[in-house]
Amino acid sequence: MSKYRTRSNAPIFWGLFGAGGMLSALFVPMMIFITGIAVPLGFLLPAGTMSYPKMLAFAQNFIGKGFIFAIISLSLWFCVHRVYHSLHEFGIHAGMGAKLLCYGIAMLVTVVCAVGLLGLGF
Amino acid sequence: MSKRKPYVRSMDGWWKKNPYFVEYMIHESTALFVAAYCLVLLVGVIRLGQGEAAWNGWLAAMQSPLSVLCHLVLLAGAVYHTYSWFKILPITMPPVIVGGKKMAPEALTGTALAVAAAAGLALLALVWRIAL
Repeated sequence: MSKYRTRSNAPIFWGLFGAGGMLSALFVPMMIFITGIAVPLGFLLPAGTMSYPKMLAFAQNFIGKGFIFAIISLSLWFCVHRVYHSLHEFGIHAGMGAKLLCYGIAMLVTVVCAVGLLGLGF
Repeated sequence: MSKRKPYVRSMDGWWKKNPYFVEYMIHESTALFVAAYCLVLLVGVIRLGQGEAAWNGWLAAMQSPLSVLCHLVLLAGAVYHTYSWFKILPITMPPVIVGGKKMAPEALTGTALAVAAAAGLALLALVWRIAL
């Protein structure tokens, strides 16, 4: 066996999948409840919870920015990895094209999210 | 090119025949619900960067009945993702040894679900504190 074996890049994608799956399992249900149900209906949380000054301050904070970025980007890596590996179940042969499309979407979302968040300043 | 037409069994809907695979397909599809929500959030990040009027427009869109209804569906999907993610945790992570014995799968799933509930409540408490 050659000393210089080509190493698989699969662990990177599995790592992103695991991180995204875990993070979304812990926080996404409550986030959907807060941003999609409680705040729009004015239910449970104080009025103005997601007002412009508050959300801007949250997204400009180093920790807040990091949290939003981690949730959005890692969840997308989690989703596209799962879709990519599920193609087989629908009788679709997952080739390089499918791989580029799936991981490309996650990469695009990651870049757009990073640019958007960095554009808000610190 | 061969003229033979060998019989190839169709794979259409193979998973519908076994409840185990139906559940598998449902729990795999929950990733799409999580991703859909994250795209809604991404639009929010972009709107936030476009100023106060754009942000208030996003908030108003989130108040539409259709949006709230969609978020209820997304919430159901995300909760099922949390449940299924931790249900398969005993087979996706290395065995946890407690007191020299392998932790039971049910105990591991139960502990993880309790941690997830605590994480969600901590997030709610944090948002509450920031909002006040």
